[in-house]
Amino acid sequence: MSLNTPDTQVCLWTLQHAEPASLATYIAGGGYEALKKILAEKTPAEDIIAEVKTSALRGRGGAGFPTGLKWSFMPRGFPGDKYVVCNSDEGEPGTFKDRDILRYNPHQLIEGMIIAGYTLGAVAGYNYIHGEIYEAYLSWEAALDEARAAGLLGKNILGSGWDFELYAHHGYGAYICGEETALLESIEGKKGQPRFKPPFPASYGLYGKPTTINNTETLASIPWIMRHGGQAFLELGKPNNGGSKIFSISGHVNKPGNYEIPLGTPFADLLEMAGGVRTGHTLKAVIPGGSSAPVLPAEVMMACTLDFDSIAKAGSMLGSGAVIVMDDSVCMVRALQRLAYFYFEESCGQCTPCREGTGWMYRIVRRIEQGQGRPEDLDELLRIGKNIAGNTICALGEAAVGPVASFVKHFRKEFEYHIEHKKCLVSH
Amino acid sequence: MLSALSLASIDKEVAKYPAEQKQSAVMSALRIAQVELGWLSKDCIEYIATYLDMPAIAVYEVATFYNMYDLQPVGRHKVTLCTNLPCQLQGADQIAEHLRSRLGIGFNETTADGRYTLKEGECMGACGHGPLCLHNNHTMHDHLTPESVDKLLDDMQ
Repeated sequence: MSLNTPDTQVCLWTLQHAEPASLATYIAGGGYEALKKILAEKTPAEDIIAEVKTSALRGRGGAGFPTGLKWSFMPRGFPGDKYVVCNSDEGEPGTFKDRDILRYNPHQLIEGMIIAGYTLGAVAGYNYIHGEIYEAYLSWEAALDEARAAGLLGKNILGSGWDFELYAHHGYGAYICGEETALLESIEGKKGQPRFKPPFPASYGLYGKPTTINNTETLASIPWIMRHGGQAFLELGKPNNGGSKIFSISGHVNKPGNYEIPLGTPFADLLEMAGGVRTGHTLKAVIPGGSSAPVLPAEVMMACTLDFDSIAKAGSMLGSGAVIVMDDSVCMVRALQRLAYFYFEESCGQCTPCREGTGWMYRIVRRIEQGQGRPEDLDELLRIGKNIAGNTICALGEAAVGPVASFVKHFRKEFEYHIEHKKCLVSH
Repeated sequence: MLSALSLASIDKEVAKYPAEQKQSAVMSALRIAQVELGWLSKDCIEYIATYLDMPAIAVYEVATFYNMYDLQPVGRHKVTLCTNLPCQLQGADQIAEHLRSRLGIGFNETTADGRYTLKEGECMGACGHGPLCLHNNHTMHDHLTPESVDKLLDDMQ
């Protein structure tokens, strides 16, 4: 089985076809067969959850939580409405995979959400789509219309007597809404500030009803698992890391883009697929899982395989599979300054340590970059980070600290040079 | 205040949510209003509040929280450039410099003729195609070069 071929592609296989997003293309490739079988056989929800557990599918949005386990948290006997929510609020710098699923394989996500709705006993599902990708919001809504017209969605789906509806909700520019409870607040028509957990969404979610929230790629993997079996999905990847995964590679590579490859693939292979490091340069550092993941120096990253466990062992996280590649031309102080600004800008302001701390960290990194740093600044940065992490309602605080702590840890000399010489160690 | 077409679009959004949850449509309602009116005035926010049976302050809270809403008038063409790290690595700083010198304005400024507003954006979720920008919030242009930016700006009348 070679890399990045239809054999290993769970979500982006439709790109091999002339009209990847069309219902006809999806059906010709076996689409909606899993749903038909489930509805015809009235497959018990427990059997579907067991299959998802076998697959070792782990959440593709960043946290890597086992999907089957998450589904099992939904209360079965709850008498009122329940919801399925898809998180397509993809705004973690470096991540751009869900947009391609929405654009190029919308029906697989729709089928995945319908199967999730059936399994979890939901009355409706909402897909929260990142504000900046309005075109994908429109095209996914068009795919919903197509599915409704074909009897796959709405009342009495495929003559089964079961009703289920799906809707798209459009964000309008707030990274924090990628946090699941902020996302729920946002669907409820409020500012997107995370809720304190517990209670977790499985017991108190959208409109206070039991809700399961999964990432786009996670839900789009469900039809493949139900069609080919959980074991086949598991075998695409490695134990505890089932399946293929879309890696979004950006930055200093010759061919940035999405590559859907088995979990456990060596990083070196992905780099080669992406055309290697920008011609004339050498690899300096990689952020392996979106901007919140700690940066790793080139030599550490080159020894890693791309799966949740290997990257965690190396001291970072696979996150959303967003691989940001930096070559030898990058000033790490400047790179960190931009990331620190991002978290400062996107902090929702609810918790003081994050609201104030992200601003302090940004201003300190900025003054180091501008040649006004003080010798005590690096320890001060780390101290502020320690006061943010663990002291906030949601994970944005930790996410803001991850880059700061890891950039300083691995590239401390560059920061010290900036402070001492008031200029950059890297020649641009 | 809003056209029949805009109100029909808002009604379509309201229908997505349970009957007692009209407030869920507030983000779309603000977007639809902004597309028609160019920006969100206090009057407009109050109008939407009445339309959705919400306190005006709750609508205002939403309008100020999400960064794609404009609470001040903007130029006919708002260009929002992503400058976040992946785009920066792929040349966004040079594009920002080109935009500034070509338009003679900085971020969060509008040209004197009211034609262009320049904004700095955060991650738009399309990093592999950077540098990239949004035109009036809804149309993305990617793989920007100084030449393609010039053409883009010329096409914005």
